[in-house]
Amino acid sequence: MNILTSTWHWSVSGFIIGVVMLCLTYFGKTFGMSTNLRSLCSIAGLGKKVPFFNWDWKSQRWNLVVVLGAMLGGFFATHFLSDPSNVSINPATILKLNKLGIDAPNGKLLPEALFGSDVFQSPKKLFLLIFGGFLIGFGSRYAGGCTSGHAISGLSNFQLPSLKAVIGFFVGGLIMVNFIFPLIF
Amino acid sequence: MKLIKYLVVGFVFGVVLTKTEAVSWYRIFEMFQFESFHMYGIIMTAITTGVIGIQIIKRFHIKDIKGLPIEILDKERGTFRYWIGGLIFGLGWALVGSCPGPIYILIGSGFITVGFVLFGALFGTFIYGFFKDKLPH
Repeated sequence: MNILTSTWHWSVSGFIIGVVMLCLTYFGKTFGMSTNLRSLCSIAGLGKKVPFFNWDWKSQRWNLVVVLGAMLGGFFATHFLSDPSNVSINPATILKLNKLGIDAPNGKLLPEALFGSDVFQSPKKLFLLIFGGFLIGFGSRYAGGCTSGHAISGLSNFQLPSLKAVIGFFVGGLIMVNFIFPLIF
Repeated sequence: MKLIKYLVVGFVFGVVLTKTEAVSWYRIFEMFQFESFHMYGIIMTAITTGVIGIQIIKRFHIKDIKGLPIEILDKERGTFRYWIGGLIFGLGWALVGSCPGPIYILIGSGFITVGFVLFGALFGTFIYGFFKDKLPH
C-alpha cells in the first residue's frame, strides 16, 4: 500500500489544514468557505433584490480561486490517489449503517443510498440532498461561518462566539444521526 | 498571477480533505457515532497548529505578504445566532455529510449529485439574506 494512496493520517492532514489557514492569514485573508456561497448569490445578481447580497464580493474573489483550487485538488486526489482500501470506517459503524439500509463504503467516499445516480427517480433523495444543503447554507450564514471559519479559524484565535457555534454544530449533528436518521432512512 | 497562490493553497486543501476522507459522508457519520478518533484528530490537530501559528504571528508581530501588520478580527459578539445557526448547520452537516468546503471539492471530484446540495446551500444562503433583518441575532 502506497503512502499517498492510503488514507492519510489525521495528524498529517490536521497539520496541513492548520497551515492552509495560516497561509491565508499570512496573505492577509481569513479562511472561511461558506462566504463563497454568499459571493455566488451576488454573482447571480441577487444583490439587486436583497441588500445582503449587495456587498463588495469582488474583495472575496481570491476565495473563489481557493474554491477552484480545492475542486481541482479533489479531482486529482479522487482520480489519481485513491485506493480500494480507502474509507475503512469502524465495522461497528458499518453495522449501524446496515440497520439503516445504507450501503457500506468499500472504498467509496459517498453512499449510493443518498448520492446514487438514481436520485432523479427518487424524489425523497432529491429532497434530502437539497434540504441538507439548505440547512448548511442557512445555518452557516446565520452562525456567521462554518467548520473552516468557526472551528478552525475562530477556535485557533480563542473566539467565544466560534465555540458556541461549534458546540451548536455538534449538537445539531448528534440530533440528526441519532434521532432523525432512524425516521428518514 | 497574484491569484495563483490561492489556487495552490486551494489545491492542497482539496487533496488533503479528500485523502484524509473529511469529505466522506461516512467519516462524518462515524464521527457523530463516536466510533473513530479520525475526524476529532484532524480537527484538534488543525486547531492546535492554528493556535500555535496565530500566537507566533501575534507575539512576534509578523507582517503579512505585503509587509502590513496582520490583523485578525474578532468575531461579532452574540449568542442566539451562534447557538441556533450552529445547530441548524450541524443538522445539515450530518445529513449530507459535508460542510461548504467539501461540497465544492466533491463536485470537482465528479460527484454530480452533490450539485443538489450546492443548490440547496445557495438557496439557504439566499433565504438567510432575505430574512436577515427579521431574525434574532
